[in-house]
Amino acid sequence: MKKWQDNRGWLFILPVFLIVAFSAVVPLMTVVNYSIQDIFGPGQRVFVGTEWFREVLTDERLHEALWRQLLFSGLVLLIEMPLGIAIALMMPDKKGFGASICLVVLALPLLIPWNVIGTIWIIFTRPDIGLMGATINTLGLTFDHTANGLHAWITLMLMEVWHWTPLVALLAYAGLQSIPPAYYQAAKIDGASSWAVFRYIQLPKMRGVLTIALLLRFMDSFLIYAEPFVLTGGGPGNTTTFLSIYLVKIAVGQFDLGPAGAFSLIYFLIVLLFCYLFYQALQNVGKGEQA
Amino acid sequence: MKIRKRYFVLALYLAIAMLPIYWMLNMSLRTNADIMANFALIPTQITFGNYINIFTDPSWYSGYINSIIYVVLNTVICLVTALPAAYAFSRYSFIGDKHVFFWLLTNRMAPAAVFLLPFFQLYSTFNLIDTHIAVALAHCLFNLPLTVWILEGFISGVPIEIDEMAFIDGYKFPRFFFFVFVPLIRSGIGVAAFFCFMFSWVELLFARTLTTTAAKPIAATMTRTVSASGLDWGLLAAAGILTIVPGALVIWFVRNYLAKGFALGRV
Amino acid sequence: MNLEWMAWTLPTAVFFSFIVLMLIGMTIWEIKSPTVNRKGFLPISTTRGDRLFIGLLSSAYIHLLWVGLTEITIWFALVISIIWMFLVMRWG
Repeated sequence: MKKWQDNRGWLFILPVFLIVAFSAVVPLMTVVNYSIQDIFGPGQRVFVGTEWFREVLTDERLHEALWRQLLFSGLVLLIEMPLGIAIALMMPDKKGFGASICLVVLALPLLIPWNVIGTIWIIFTRPDIGLMGATINTLGLTFDHTANGLHAWITLMLMEVWHWTPLVALLAYAGLQSIPPAYYQAAKIDGASSWAVFRYIQLPKMRGVLTIALLLRFMDSFLIYAEPFVLTGGGPGNTTTFLSIYLVKIAVGQFDLGPAGAFSLIYFLIVLLFCYLFYQALQNVGKGEQA
Repeated sequence: MKIRKRYFVLALYLAIAMLPIYWMLNMSLRTNADIMANFALIPTQITFGNYINIFTDPSWYSGYINSIIYVVLNTVICLVTALPAAYAFSRYSFIGDKHVFFWLLTNRMAPAAVFLLPFFQLYSTFNLIDTHIAVALAHCLFNLPLTVWILEGFISGVPIEIDEMAFIDGYKFPRFFFFVFVPLIRSGIGVAAFFCFMFSWVELLFARTLTTTAAKPIAATMTRTVSASGLDWGLLAAAGILTIVPGALVIWFVRNYLAKGFALGRV
Repeated sequence: MNLEWMAWTLPTAVFFSFIVLMLIGMTIWEIKSPTVNRKGFLPISTTRGDRLFIGLLSSAYIHLLWVGLTEITIWFALVISIIWMFLVMRWG
């Protein structure tokens, strides 16, 4: 696309630049400073070099939390992507009252504060007063996400899928809406099966939005904090202690600013690497669509 | 026949998805004693006591007011500053443009937990702790990049020739921008406002860290109540239901832009 | 304004000054002779700024690997990173 070559563009982005820099740069520098010192209190600190980095990198619990995190994000994507696409395909095509109602009901979980999501699921899954917990227990199975690690995982996965599949569905639905009706008519004349329509018309047209959905879902599930914190608190044991929860445990729970700083930086570097790879992939998707 | 089956499955999914919310609504309409004593799919003795409690207790309803104040502040700041920035990213090429854009996006994706500690100290230094503007500014960290990203997508959908024509016709830039350009992308502004509202409304970590009493958000009030009174499920459920209402209202107003916004805005 | 809580140390101050100087330097270089997209041994075509970013990010990972896997002093990692930076900027 054509653009004007003009460095005065900087004037336009200056307010955004300053606001984001205020909130981003100083805290980042501070975290870097913390990460190489042992801090006892205000004004009492000792330079320790790479000590904290070594400690964090060789921390078994961090490795476990990282694998747990990757497994969680992977499972989330495996379930949410196909389910979201399926829901989008089932949505009414025509605009109208029915479609509006479906959209609003579908998107509702996205607009609930994240800790309230946790609260909803506590109420829903409790064995004594929860609809789901009580029903399962009536069936003769014991289900308790506070005592059994596997049950905690199942509950968390259910919550996550319930919470975020709508985003994938909305994005896929938007992609489907952008397909001109002529495509479907042509397919009908050719006598294409509905699978062929999906495979050769709908899926390619959704590629762009699906990439975005994949990115957003990966990022947000990788950074998940509030919902598992409210629902399981990282337990039972450490079975649902994800990276963010572990980090906050070190930083706020034990007030170990140094290790927390080193942990934060490593976490940030992991996210930054994924961001960059995804961003490059996204740029290439954009190019493919224009061509 | 096929159509009917498809809508049946969709309705089934939506119904199941509504179950947890329905269950909370159910709880919110019952007294605590009733909740613990009887397991009822449909509440038999409906009471609005929990809601009345919330609307008459300042420590509860002020939470809602605080949340709404900082969410609106955040949305306004984001739109006002992101509009020109998005215009610049879409129309001009300047030194470092792509890198600044990526840098903005990394902030959308940085784990909030990373910045939590220094955030508190930074805002203390500027005496901003426990003010609405502090939370609004902190939420800009992830909302501004998103807003710029969405608006940039919309602006790029408007041909650059329109701008050039207007300048040839003798429009000065401010007049062109506010009276010609902004109306052209109003649906994009609507979608961006929706996302700002949404992410600021659902965020808790920053909002809780940066406030103590005067600007405490409703979500934080709820977590405190869980630990303090422990088992008042009815009240908790009522508060939860009330946090869903603003979101539901907003989504109803932007429903027609939503699909379009996702497709064009490359969220 | 009390900024004691930022807990500055000499190494971090040097580090950030170096980053800032590098950004200023890149800007001046860009004004003097604008960069062109080119394809080197990296899988994507890059500008000068892209290569700087890739170099810095991979250097950070080199340091992390060094600290995590070995007990030897970190200065070796720095030397490797500088060589790597040069390779990426020149032929990347």
